[in-house]
Amino acid sequence: MIPATFDYVRAGSVDEAVDALKQHGDEAKLLAGGHSLLPLMKLRFAAPEVLIDLGRVEQLRGVCDLGDGRLAIGSMTRHIDVMDDPLVREHCGVLADVTAKVGDPQVRHRGTIGGALAHGDAASDLPAVLAALEGTLVAQGPNGTREIAASDFFVDYLTTSLEDDELVTEVRVPKIVGPWGWHYEKFTRVAQAWAIVGVLAMVKRSNGSIEEARVGLTNMATVPVRASGVEQALAGHSPDAIADAAANAADGTNPSSDLSASAEYREHLARVLTRRALEAAAR
Amino acid sequence: MTAVDTPPSANVGTTKLRKEDAHLVTGRTQWTDNLQLTGMLHVAVVRSPMAHARVTKVDVSGALEQPGVVAAFSGADLADHWAGGLPCAWPVTEDMQSPTHLPIATDEVRHVGDVVAVVVANSRYGAADATEFVDVEYEPLPAVVDMEAALADGSPLADTQLDTNRSFTWQKIDGDVDAAFDSAPHVVERRFINQRLIPTAIEPRAVVCAPPREHREYTMWSATQVPHILRLMLALTCGVPEHELRVIAPDVGGGFGSKLNVYAEEAICLVLAKRLGKPIKWTESRSEGYQATIHGRDQIQDVSLAFNEDHTIRGMKVELHADMGAYLQLVTPGIPILGAFMYNSIYKMDALSFTCHGVLTNKTPTDAYRGAGRPEATYAIERLMDEAANELGVEPFELRERNWIKHEEFPYTTIAGIEYDSGNYEAATAKAKELFDYDGLRAEQQRRRDDGDPVQLGIGISTFTEMCGLAPSRVLGSLSYGAGGWEHASVRMLPSGKVEVITGTSPHGQGHVTSWSQIAADALGIPFEDIEVRHGDTAVAHKGMDTYGSRSLVVGGYAVQVACDKVVAKAKRVAAHLLEAAEDDVEFDAGTFQVKGSPDANTTMQDVALAIFAAHDYPEDMEPSLDSDATVDPENFSYPHGTHLCATEVDTETGAVTIRSYVAVDDVGTVINPQIVEGQVHGGLAQGIAQALFEEAVYDAEGQLKTGSLLDYYVPGAPDLPHFTTDRTETPATTNPLGVKGVGEAGTIASTPAVINAVVDALRPMGVNDVLMPASPQNVWNAIQAASSASTTAASAADGGAA
Repeated sequence: MIPATFDYVRAGSVDEAVDALKQHGDEAKLLAGGHSLLPLMKLRFAAPEVLIDLGRVEQLRGVCDLGDGRLAIGSMTRHIDVMDDPLVREHCGVLADVTAKVGDPQVRHRGTIGGALAHGDAASDLPAVLAALEGTLVAQGPNGTREIAASDFFVDYLTTSLEDDELVTEVRVPKIVGPWGWHYEKFTRVAQAWAIVGVLAMVKRSNGSIEEARVGLTNMATVPVRASGVEQALAGHSPDAIADAAANAADGTNPSSDLSASAEYREHLARVLTRRALEAAAR
Repeated sequence: MTAVDTPPSANVGTTKLRKEDAHLVTGRTQWTDNLQLTGMLHVAVVRSPMAHARVTKVDVSGALEQPGVVAAFSGADLADHWAGGLPCAWPVTEDMQSPTHLPIATDEVRHVGDVVAVVVANSRYGAADATEFVDVEYEPLPAVVDMEAALADGSPLADTQLDTNRSFTWQKIDGDVDAAFDSAPHVVERRFINQRLIPTAIEPRAVVCAPPREHREYTMWSATQVPHILRLMLALTCGVPEHELRVIAPDVGGGFGSKLNVYAEEAICLVLAKRLGKPIKWTESRSEGYQATIHGRDQIQDVSLAFNEDHTIRGMKVELHADMGAYLQLVTPGIPILGAFMYNSIYKMDALSFTCHGVLTNKTPTDAYRGAGRPEATYAIERLMDEAANELGVEPFELRERNWIKHEEFPYTTIAGIEYDSGNYEAATAKAKELFDYDGLRAEQQRRRDDGDPVQLGIGISTFTEMCGLAPSRVLGSLSYGAGGWEHASVRMLPSGKVEVITGTSPHGQGHVTSWSQIAADALGIPFEDIEVRHGDTAVAHKGMDTYGSRSLVVGGYAVQVACDKVVAKAKRVAAHLLEAAEDDVEFDAGTFQVKGSPDANTTMQDVALAIFAAHDYPEDMEPSLDSDATVDPENFSYPHGTHLCATEVDTETGAVTIRSYVAVDDVGTVINPQIVEGQVHGGLAQGIAQALFEEAVYDAEGQLKTGSLLDYYVPGAPDLPHFTTDRTETPATTNPLGVKGVGEAGTIASTPAVINAVVDALRPMGVNDVLMPASPQNVWNAIQAASSASTTAASAADGGAA
C-alpha cells in the first residue's frame, strides 16, 4: 500500500495542465479526486512518474446552463456538488439520483464526475448514465478542444478515447424535458462496493404507453452498454410489454466472470434488474 | 464521612462510559505506528509471490544501492540469529508434523507472502521502493491448495522437508458410537464447509523494537494481544534473555485472535535492532497483512446425528479436515481441537466421536479467529439440528428442546466430559421468541409461501453455548497446550487514597480499564474515578497470560476481585488496630470500616491507606502495606449461552439476502457493564454475519490469494447490517465469585448458523437444503438453480419410469 515514487505537479489552470501533459506524455496521470487512481498506485498496479493535480483548477468546477437545452458540468465538480446542484436537480434529476449512489459519502465528497468518467471503469455508475443520456464530454489538448459523444468515449476496460495529452474539462448532458421517469438498480455485495450489475432505466410516458425507453447497463461489458433491443421493443408499447422486453436485456453484452458473479449470473441479473428498473421508471 | 452521590458499591452492573474512549475516539492515542524514536529505521519485507517454490538466489545488493537504504538481508544472512523457528505452543499429538518456520525463509517458500528478505532504510517509503531491487530467483514447486487432495496418495508436498501433508490426526471418542448409530431409526448426515476468513482488525500489525540504551534491555512495542507470551517466545526464538526484553502493547486496535501470535516480523525487528543497534519499525499494509497475518476457519465438516424414534439424540460423529496453512503458528493445531468439546453443544447424547485431520497446504497459516473452533462446531450442530428437524418433520425448536439440558439438570457433565456449571436455555429461548414475534413471523412466512412471493421469508434459530475463559491450567495441560491459563492482578493502594490496578490481561478494545475499575471500586469502596488500570507492559504488569478466548473477565477480572479482597482483609486488620477494636467486630461496607454497635468508631479505606503509608501505627504482625497480588486459576471454563433468532428476506429472483430482524438473547452470567456487553454482542454479531453473508478468502489452484485486499474481501459496514435487538438473561456462573461468563466471542459463534438457517429456511420449499457460505447472491442463486434442476431431473426421471 505504498505507491512507487512519483513527481507531483500542481496545475493552476487547464492550460498549465495541458502543458504538463504535453511535456510528460504517457508517463503522467491526472489526479482528480484520486479515489480510483490512488488505490491502484498503492497496490502498484499503476506507477505514473508524474501526477498532475487538478485540485486547484477552479475553472473546472461548477455547473452552468449552456442555453442550448444542455447543462455543462465542470469535470472537477465533486459528486456531492453534482447531487446538490439546483440546475442538475431541476433539469437532469436522473444524474443527481445516480450520483447519490456512487461509492460512499467519503467517495462522493472527494471523487469528481470527470475523474469517474475518464477512469473508464464500466463497473462505476456514471458511464452508463452518460450513455443513456447520450451526453458528451469536452476534451482539451494542445490543439484545442473537441466534444466526444459518450458512445465514442468508452473504448475498452479502463480505456477511453482521450489522447495522452488531453483532459476532460466538461461533461454535457441534455435537460430532460417531458414526462420522463427513471430508476437505477444497483446490485452490490456490500453497500460501498462497485455494482455487480447496475441498470439505469429511463422511460418517457405518453397516453399510458411508453413513448421512449433508454436502458444503460453498468458492468455488463468492458464499456457501458445500452440495451438497445429492450429499448426498441418498448417504444410505442404499453408498460405491460416490459417483462418480455427485459428478457432480452443481456443481448449484446459481454460480462466478465469474477469472484462476485459469473458471466451467466450477471446476464440473469441484467434481465431481472432491467425489468425492475423499467417497472419503477414507468410508474 | 459524608455520603457520596453514587455509592461506591453500585458500580458493578451499571453502564459506565468507558474511560478509554475519549482518547481513542479523538485519535490522541498511541498506536505502535505513531511511535517515533530518534534514529529509527524502517523495515520493508520482500515476500514470495509464489505459493510454493525453491529459492535459488537472493541478492540484496541492488537494494543496498538505493537512496536511504541502510541494510538488507536474506534469510541466509540472518540464519544464525534465530535460536529456532517460530514457535507452535500446541503440539496436539506426539507425532505432529510441523514445517520449520524460520522468520526469513532460506531455501523454500511455502505460501504467498512468506518472507524472503528484508530491507532497512531511513524512511518507510524508501524501504518499500528498494524492495523492488532485491533479486530473488524461484524454482516453482507444485502448490498444495485443496485439503482433501493433499491427503491423497501421490499428492505433491506442501513442505518438501516432510514426507506427508498430514500434520496430525487427533481423535476423541466418548461413549459407544457404533451402538448409537448401528440400530438408529434416523440418521442425518451432512457436509458443511466453514470457509477461510481473514480477521481484518482495524489497526494493522505494527512493531517497533529499540536496542538497549541506558539499561541492558531491548524494548519492543507491538500491536499484539499477548505481550507476555510474546516476550517469552521471542526470548526463546531470538536468543535474547527474557529479563533483557521488555514488551509493550500500547493502544491496540482490535485483534480478534490475529494478534494472538508470535510473528516473523516481531522476531525480525528484534534481531535487526540487535544487529544494527538502532530502533527498528515495521508496519504492515492492509494487503500485506492479508498474506502475512493469520487467517481463520477453513474446515470441511462431515457430521452426522443418530436419533431415536422419539427424536432424542443417540450420538454424533464428527470428522474434520482443518486447513493449517503452510506453517503451524502459535496455536494453529489446537483451534479445531477445541471443537471436540463443542459439537454436542447444549444437547444430551450418549456417544460422540470426533476426528480431526490437520492438513498442511501452501496457504497463509490459520490460527485463532474470534471464536476459534467453537464457531465452526456451533455452525455444524445448529445447521444439523435444522436439517434433522426438516427430515424428521418436527418444528426446529421442538427438536432442540427435546434434547437440550434442562435448567434443573445443571451442573451437567456433557458427553465430551466437561461440566457445564449453569444455564437456562428455556428462559433465553422464551425471551427471544417473544422479542422476535416468532409466531407472527411464522404466519407471515406461510402467507408468502402460499402467495408465491418472489421474496421469501426465512427464520433461523441458533441455541448455542460455548466454552471460553481459557483457564483451567490442568485441563489445558491435558490437551498438550504449552502453557497454563491462570491470570494475575495486583492492587497498589496509593497514600492519597487512589488506586492502581495492574492486570495481566491485555485489552485491545474490550474496555478492561473501565470494567476492572468497576470491580475494584465496589470491592474496595473507592470511587470509580479514583482507580487507574495499568496493563500491556511487561515492566509494569510483570505477570500475565494476556487476552484471548473470552478469558479476560472470567479469569483476569476474577484475579482483580481476589487481589482487592486481600487488600480489604489487610485494611480491616489495620482499621481494627486504629479503632482499637477486635477485628471480628469491624465491618466493611462501601469503603467504610465500622465497629459494630459504635456509630462514631469508623474509618475509611483511604484513611487506612494513608495510615499504612505513614506506618507510624500498625499491627505488629504485618508488613506496612495493603498492596496485594492474586494469581487465579479457575477450575472450569465459562459457558455463556443464548438463543439467537434471525429473519431473512431472500429474493428468489436475484439470490439477494436481507436480514430483516435479528434478536440476540445472551446469558453471560452477571454483567459488570451492560453497555460494554452490548458492544461486544454487536461486534460479535457483525463478524458472525460477515461469515454467513459476506466474507471469504479465496485462493486459486496455484495458491494465489484472489481476495488480496478490501476491494475483493467484503467486510460489511453498518449499512449492510440490520438493527440488532439484544437482551439478556442472567444465570450467574458458579465457577467464579463474580458470577461472570465470557462475552467476547458469543455473538460471532451464535450468529453464523442463525443466518444460514434462516436463508435455507426461506428456500426450503424450493428444494434447497444448504447454501454455501458466504451466502452471497451468486451462491444463493446457484443453490436455487441446483435445486430446481434437481427437481426437474427427478420429475423427468419419474416420467421416464412411467413410460
